[in-house]
Amino acid sequence: MRLPSPEDTFLNNLGRIYGTYVGGFVAFVILLAVLEQLGVPDRIIGYLFVFFTLAVYAGIGIVTRTVKVSEYYVAGRQVPAVYNGMATAADWMSGASFVGLAGTLYALGYDGLAYVLGWTGGFVLVAVLVAPYLRKFGAYTVPDFLAARFGGNFARLLGIVVLFACSFTYVVAQIYSTGIIASRFLGISFEIAIYVGLAGILLCSMLGGMRAVTWTQVAQYLVLIIAYMLPVAILSAQKFGLPIAQITYGAVLQEITVLEQQLLAGGLATAETLKPHLAPFTSLDPFNFFALIACLMIGTASLPHLLMRYFTTASVRDARRSVGWSLLFIFLLYVTAPAYAAFAKLEVYQNVIGAGLDALPEWIYTYGRLGLVDICGAHAASVEAVQAACAEVTGNQGVLRLPDLAIDRDVIVIATPEIAGLPYVIAGLVAAGGLAASISTADGLLLALANALSHDVYYRMIDRRAPASRRLLIARLLLLGAAVLAAYVASTRPADILSMVAWAFSLAAAGNFPVLVLGIWWRRCTSAGAIAGIIAGFGVTFYYLVMTQYGGMPEWYGVKNISAAVFGLPVGFAVTILVSLLTPAPSSEVQALIDDIRRPSGDPVMRDRTA
Amino acid sequence: MAKRPRQRTPGETLWWGRTVRLAISALAVWFVFGFLVHGFVFQLNDITIADFPLGFYMAAQGSLVVFVALIFWFCGRQEAIDRNAGVAEPEPVRGEMPL
Repeated sequence: MRLPSPEDTFLNNLGRIYGTYVGGFVAFVILLAVLEQLGVPDRIIGYLFVFFTLAVYAGIGIVTRTVKVSEYYVAGRQVPAVYNGMATAADWMSGASFVGLAGTLYALGYDGLAYVLGWTGGFVLVAVLVAPYLRKFGAYTVPDFLAARFGGNFARLLGIVVLFACSFTYVVAQIYSTGIIASRFLGISFEIAIYVGLAGILLCSMLGGMRAVTWTQVAQYLVLIIAYMLPVAILSAQKFGLPIAQITYGAVLQEITVLEQQLLAGGLATAETLKPHLAPFTSLDPFNFFALIACLMIGTASLPHLLMRYFTTASVRDARRSVGWSLLFIFLLYVTAPAYAAFAKLEVYQNVIGAGLDALPEWIYTYGRLGLVDICGAHAASVEAVQAACAEVTGNQGVLRLPDLAIDRDVIVIATPEIAGLPYVIAGLVAAGGLAASISTADGLLLALANALSHDVYYRMIDRRAPASRRLLIARLLLLGAAVLAAYVASTRPADILSMVAWAFSLAAAGNFPVLVLGIWWRRCTSAGAIAGIIAGFGVTFYYLVMTQYGGMPEWYGVKNISAAVFGLPVGFAVTILVSLLTPAPSSEVQALIDDIRRPSGDPVMRDRTA
Repeated sequence: MAKRPRQRTPGETLWWGRTVRLAISALAVWFVFGFLVHGFVFQLNDITIADFPLGFYMAAQGSLVVFVALIFWFCGRQEAIDRNAGVAEPEPVRGEMPL
């Protein structure tokens, strides 16, 4: 038995603490709803939502601050499986998942489900192939493992390069979407909103590292899942009397199919412009569909900021179980996203397409003014603007046709409260959820980046005798540096940010997956093999991405560059295996290390003497 | 890091063999529901269950349910394998984890 400490009191009361937190949050939402009825302006409601939630996250971040190295890097390795599952779910689901996924499904129909499958199925690979073994190894970072298994700092350096390639653009995108959400709901300029979001992000992670991020991510998960499920549940209840949209949207799909036929028959859409929602392979051919699923799944099992969450559990068994909990919590959002898409499409086909240009629903203008809904090629800011724009379009006879309408994909989730005619407080809730999703992912990514710099570069490669206090100081300074740099890049509004995020999966998959899996499951895998494999797999993927995007290179076999790992993965595996077979087998020390990693019992392989 | 002789006991070999076979079974199920069934989307879409065309349903929900169940099943099996081989970790000191 260990002596009781404040830490244990906290861990033993997690259920009560987070139960109170959820109750408090629900009460807060109800309070705001009452305030709104009493006539408090929307803008104040938005401010209260953003600042209250940010204050709670910051509060948790400050309460769970730490001066211990192992708590800073891996939350003291005592996070229970269920809570680590929630934290991982928040870590995993980014602002793009929260606001963008439903829009993608709206636009692509069946083909968009490649994202739903790809972003969930990868957890099977995490549980079976990677997470329990990395937990047993006891590393602080993924490059740490590569260094120990593959003979030192060169492998570590390659791991750091892969980590930076797949994490930095990702974190820029998170800060970007934090800025978008904050600016929309606070009515401040995007450039200032970015720094407001950044303050929220830093307050969570600066003082307490992984420990603070873990407990704020749990809080953020609870906010984001409530915010995501509620609006569409209300929509479903309004239409079907049953608030479980995940079940009722089957009927919506049927209605959409009927409406699609009517639009075609009525001349409001042509066969070229209308992609049937349920028809497979209209946007992606089957090969690209399955390639995308594979790259997203394997990328999931290779992203360092995700894998490091499983370093924080109390045991190998908990690491494995917590992957199951993670997927369960993620599942809740991902089965809801197609329902959002279906309900939004029904609204558009029923009430928007075919409506007179002077009789469009109000939400069209609300988002048109923000530049997110275009009609006839111009922002749908007002009735006059729409009529003026459509007068220029040949064939338009005062009625909105499908090709005339362009909706930004972020609108689908954000506009749902207004489509359902719900009070503003629900819109504020959705904004708080989107903010939670972006901030939690940004925190995980920043921590992964800063830990690679402070632990792998500074401690392992530069000063191996650094005392704990200096290691933590360096870690915090680097975190701050990475955050400010990412915020600066985000404030320049880089054009390709969304496609670059999708690349992160392919880069991580090709760079990390072959060597992680072979390093654990194939004892014959040698250092030279792994080093050659990372360079070849990552190199091919990187080359394909850059050359097809910027170099004007034609696609190989028609593979879209979002699935670039289709080339990098086989190359990575083949090179690792071939070079391994050509070089002498790993030493008996490394073989013993592999045995140790595989066996759940016993101490972690790697221990930190200053922890 | 601990230095131990390379020799593995027969018990360890048996245990690792079981672990590998379990991993292969889990990945087989993963492959079927991650990829294979969606290859039959057109045929499955001819079947409608609760208004959902089955092919669409499998990609939107069915496979996801299988993935979640698969991971928990896998955990249970792997824990049993580890326990029987005597390589499992000791049970946690604190009671079961709070829900």
